[in-house]
Parts: sequence; C-alpha cells; structure tokens
Amino acid sequence: MHAYAGKILRVDLGRQHVHEEPLDTDAAQAFIGGRGLATKMIYDEVNPKVDPLAGANKLILATGPLTGTSAVCGGRFMAVTKGALTGAIACSNCGGNFGPELKFAGYDMIVLEGVAKKPVVIVIDDDQVEIRPAGKLWGKNVHETEDRLHEQLGGDFKCVSIGPAGERLVRFANIMNDKNRAAGRSGVGAVMGSKRVKAIAVRGSGGVTAADPKAFRAACLDSLEKLKAGEVTGGGLPKFGTAVLVNVINEHGLFPTRNFQEGQFEAAEQISGETIAEKILVRNRSCMACPIGCGRVTAVKDGKYAGFGEGPEYETIWALGADCGVSDLAAATKANYICNELGIDTITAGGTIACAMELYEKGLITAKQVGCKLNFGNGAALVDLMTKIGYRRGFGDVLAEGGARVAQKFGRPDLFMGVKKQEFAAYDARGAFGMGLQYATSNRGACHVRGYMIAPEILGNPVKMDPLTVKGKAEMNIAFQDTVAALDSSGTCLFVTFSIGAPELATMLKTATGFNYTVNKLLLAGERIWNLERLFNLRAGFTAKHDTLPKRLLQTPMPAGPAKGKTVPLNKMLPEYYRLRGWDPQGRPTKQKLAALGL
Amino acid sequence: MVRVLAIDHEKCTSCRLCELVCSERHGGAYRPARSHIRMAIYPEDAVYLPMVCMQCDDAPCIPVCPSGALVRDTQTNAVLVVEERCVGCRMCALACPFGAINYWDNKARKCDLCGGDPECVRFCAPQALRYEAVERFSHSARQAYADRLRDSLKEVTA
Repeated sequence: MHAYAGKILRVDLGRQHVHEEPLDTDAAQAFIGGRGLATKMIYDEVNPKVDPLAGANKLILATGPLTGTSAVCGGRFMAVTKGALTGAIACSNCGGNFGPELKFAGYDMIVLEGVAKKPVVIVIDDDQVEIRPAGKLWGKNVHETEDRLHEQLGGDFKCVSIGPAGERLVRFANIMNDKNRAAGRSGVGAVMGSKRVKAIAVRGSGGVTAADPKAFRAACLDSLEKLKAGEVTGGGLPKFGTAVLVNVINEHGLFPTRNFQEGQFEAAEQISGETIAEKILVRNRSCMACPIGCGRVTAVKDGKYAGFGEGPEYETIWALGADCGVSDLAAATKANYICNELGIDTITAGGTIACAMELYEKGLITAKQVGCKLNFGNGAALVDLMTKIGYRRGFGDVLAEGGARVAQKFGRPDLFMGVKKQEFAAYDARGAFGMGLQYATSNRGACHVRGYMIAPEILGNPVKMDPLTVKGKAEMNIAFQDTVAALDSSGTCLFVTFSIGAPELATMLKTATGFNYTVNKLLLAGERIWNLERLFNLRAGFTAKHDTLPKRLLQTPMPAGPAKGKTVPLNKMLPEYYRLRGWDPQGRPTKQKLAALGL
Repeated sequence: MVRVLAIDHEKCTSCRLCELVCSERHGGAYRPARSHIRMAIYPEDAVYLPMVCMQCDDAPCIPVCPSGALVRDTQTNAVLVVEERCVGCRMCALACPFGAINYWDNKARKCDLCGGDPECVRFCAPQALRYEAVERFSHSARQAYADRLRDSLKEVTA
C-alpha cells in the first residue's frame, strides 16, 4: 500500500487496551483519508445524539495520504469528533510535525475511545504503544508538558497535548502540537480532556512511499514552483504571515470591530501584519513540508507583556484585537501566548470576550461579576480573563462555556456572534455576502476555512466576484466547500489553494496513492464528505433553522465604510444553495443525491 | 568548476522538506530517519540548523576507513561510500566531527550530493540550501554579512 501507512491504532482508554487494525482501503478511496475517512468512522461508530463529553464519543487524530510526503504543505493531521462547543461534527486541522511522525510510526490514525480512570499519556515508539499514567503532567501547561515529555522520552518525540483548559473541559479548548500549533476549533481539546488523555508522544523510524515515485515527485515540484511564484504563497504569507490581511480586510470594511458593531477598526494599523513584522517578528517557522512558512515566531521584548512564543496569526490578532477593541499589540500577543500555553482556541476566546464586553457596556454584566471593568479596548482585562478562562477561575468559568451560552445566560442571545454555537472568524459577512452563506452552512459551525469565500469576493482568487451581490455565490461556495473537504482529507494545507487547485491536487493524490483520482472524482469525494457531515448533524438534531446568522448581520445595516447600509441577504442565497446541493427545502439530502454519492 | 552545498541557516524555516526528499531519493521512501541531511531545531532559541556532510577537503573519514571504502568523487568533490568495500565498522562515523555519517542496513551512509544535483536544494523554497560554485559561495557569505552590517549602520545613523 502506498501513501497510506495502512494501519489504524485503536486505544480503548477504559480497558487500557490498544490494538491495531488494517486501514479499510475501499473506504480510504471513497473518503480519501483524514477528515473524510475519520468522519465516516465517527458517523458509523458514534451515536450523533451523544453528549460530546461522554465516554461514548470518540476522538480521532487522522492523517491524510499526503501527510509525511513531499507534497506541498503535506504535514497536516485532523482531530475529528463530535465537538464540545457545537454538538456538531468537528474537524480541526493542525500542522506542525506530529501528523507525519505518526505515519512514520506506521499509523494513519489514532482512535481514542472511552474514558481513562485516571489521566494518561500515550507513548508510541514505532509499533511499541504504551498507556502510561500522566502523573504530575496533569495540570501542567502545554509548553511544560512538551518539555517534560522530551526530557523523559527524548527530543525526537513529537507531541500533541492539552493544557489546563482541556483538562477543565473549557468548551473551546484545543489540542496543541509542537507547543504552538493548534487543532483549534470546536472544542476538540475538551473532548480529549474528557477522555483524560493529557498527551500523545510519537516517534517513528519508518517512511511513506508513493505509487509512482517519478510522477509524484514531478507533481510535487510543479506545485512547489507554483507556490513559490504565487503572490500570496510566495510573497504576502512568508513576508507578513496571515496578518497581512488586517489592512486588506479593514480597507474593504468587513473587519469586525467591537463584537461586529462596526466593520472598520480605527487602530488596524497598530495590529497589522506589517506592524507585527516590524515590532515583534523574530523569524518565520514552517510546519512540516511547508514551503510557505506563515508561522510567526515572535517576542515582546519589554513591558508588562514581555514574552516569547508564536503568533499572532490573522484570525487571532483580529479576535484578541479589533473584536475586543484592543489596539495594544503587546496585550493581544500576550493573550495569544496564554492561549497557546493553556490550550485555548484564540478565535472563540476572543469572540466570547468581545460578546461579554458588549454585554458589559449594555449594563447586563457588572464589574463586580467580572472582577474588573470589561469595557471594549481593555487589554489588561483581556489578558487577565484569558488565564481565568484556561483555569475556569472566577468569571473565567462563565466565559469558558463560549459566547453562545454566555449571551444566553445574560439574556441577550442575539449578541452572540456566530453560528451553531461557534464564533465567527475575522470577516463581517455584511461586507462579503458569500461568506455569510458559508458561515450559515458550515458543518462545524461558523467557520472561515470550510469555504473561504473571501478569496473570490475580496482577494479575486481564483476569480473576482462582487462581494455585495448574491449572484453565483451558492455555486461558488459549494465548489469551495467540496474542494476543501477533499483537500483537508488529503493531508495538505488550505493555503496551497491560493496557488494550486483541484487538478494539481488530483495529480498528487493519484501518483501518491495509485488510486485513479481525477478532478471529478476528487470533487465527488469532497461532496460525499460534505453530505456525510451534514447527515451526522441532521441526526444530531440540527435542522435548516440552524443554518442562519445572528440578527445583527441579517437586520442591522453596516454603519459605515464600503459596506455601509448592507445586511446579509441570506434568504436569497440559502434556497439556491440547498437546491444546488441536491437537498430538499429543509436542507436534507435527497435519496437520489445520497444514492449518487454512494451514501 | 567545483560546487559546494552552501547552508544559510538564517533563511531556513525548519520545514524539513530536505529530509523528506533526501530520504526518498536515496531510499525510495519519505523517511526522515534515513535522510542524510537532518534538521537540528531549537524552537526556544528560534534556531534551525540543517546538518549534513561538509565534504571536507581533508576529510577525517577517508583515512580511518580500514577497507578504503570512502573515496573522493573527482567530478563533484563529494566523499562517497563504495558499498561493496564497506565492512560496516562505523569508524568513519566515529571520526566525523559533524556526525554526518549514518549507518543502516550494515553499511555507512552519507550525502553524495546526489551526483551533482542535490535534491534538498531543489526543494528548498527559502533557499537556505544552495549548490554554488566555491567562488560564489564565499562571495555570497561576504555579501550577506555586509547586508547585516549595513542594516545596523542604518539603525545607528537613523
């Protein structure tokens, strides 16, 4: 078998038992791997109605066939489960070095089942797999955990771990890899915490082969050259990181500010990628096999927020900056470092605090409840609350439930800015209508990476679309969603799509696996994955009424800027989206559609 | 014209594509454990060092070999292992100050510059690895240092 390791590792935590099983080759071909194949397994093995934090939920860490090869950015793994934040299917994608190492050890994926009686660490040294007591590691932050594991096991082990946030079931806890790389969204870290798995350390001495080595090498080189030549992948991202977008999105008037009350942040320049590069950038860091290197190793040299770490990325500097009205780059960076150390999703954390800030300014939360003033722009409160969220201390315990539950608790559910209980990313859909459709229909709750409509609507990639019209948006969004489902499943990074598309991906997959992938087959696999995720959510209790946006985006006109006066005409896009998807008006896949997809 | 594998570690982003493609070229599998070039990554210091054979002019591995298995390639100046002669004693690995000689399947293994077309260079996007004429190599190092000096002078005079 080529490209795949060919084995799955199942860990029954309750019985402290591990066993290997062969990879299902037919399923691998139909669902590619990673996100697709793991979703298929969750769909088959987990009751969609289960409490995400119950032992009956499963957590799969899955690689794709391109993970661990020389395919551009082929270093990814995905955490797939029923999400603790959303209750929907969750797939959180992560770079770093863990995914490839897992394959070098001989496994395509790890399936975590049940709950350990006491906290554990799983150590995988090629085919030697051990479940060890976590002992004193439980309670340590992510950086300390990795350091201790490296001391105990050797520096060449690659680790994933949860921090105090995951241990305490913070609903937006993440799983961290290489200290600062995150499987960030939907609360996959809380699920790992509920299973009492502190960390997984892996070392592998094996390798990954391609079915047609010569052709695969040529395909990898072709994509590599395109990435190097690309304006975004060879220029903007290496130079300024993802935060190169701050000024771009702000100028277009859809840079959500103060919990989406405005679309332009007056202090955007102070938190831009350019400013980050000038003030705090130490150097770039790549995930494995990535020629882009968007990762930012940074240092805040002095002042009360002095520190060293990675980030902020674009979504992070938005969430902890503009969305909270914070213009102090050092404070936002410090909050980012805390998120990395405690294992917290920066996007939902920022969105939740922004929501609480608005509740505070509207008089629904008091300073006494919070323990300090919580006005927009209060960087000190942001930093302070981040630690409290991670440890569920004081008001942090309330915020640890996420914005949807916070807004509900204080009587203004309409002030939660997200979909399906997951916070938006850094784009106000009133300035990019297709992005609104994407947020509403994303299977893991509000999400920018499931179908990045900002590419055509703002960046003009691969074609320029008018962001303030509905024409063609449903069709384009579906194409993006299906392509990305296939791409994620392959084990490479979303960012490659700035320079290559489905044809290049199909060629790499075909020559690596030996399966006869064509562009059509690839997109069909993507559509199959998307529909299966949808089926899981429908069975979990989601309906068409959850495919919506907050009242603010649907009814309150954007106050100023290029999108002034606009609201998201979701009802003009959603029926068309359902129809083009082959779903009924209630958003349910029709029998014919499912048959055509082999589901 | 003799060329050398020039390493500019400050440009490296630690992506490890060099390890992946080296191991594939020489062993048919993407397998960093069997790459001749290995990354030493110090995340806390933000230092990433590609470690590989320097093809020393006065190479200590050559004279210690009891079976004459290490020879100089006159075309590329690379030190090569003649597999049929190698007895697997690992004396060369012991003698190498860089730890650049590996050992598996009973033979010494090392960088052979891919016969003059190094795969690691081809896949190195940030150009931390280059395959350059000796003259150009010393020039580029001098230029890089001059650039840094210029930057600090600008800071002083600004």
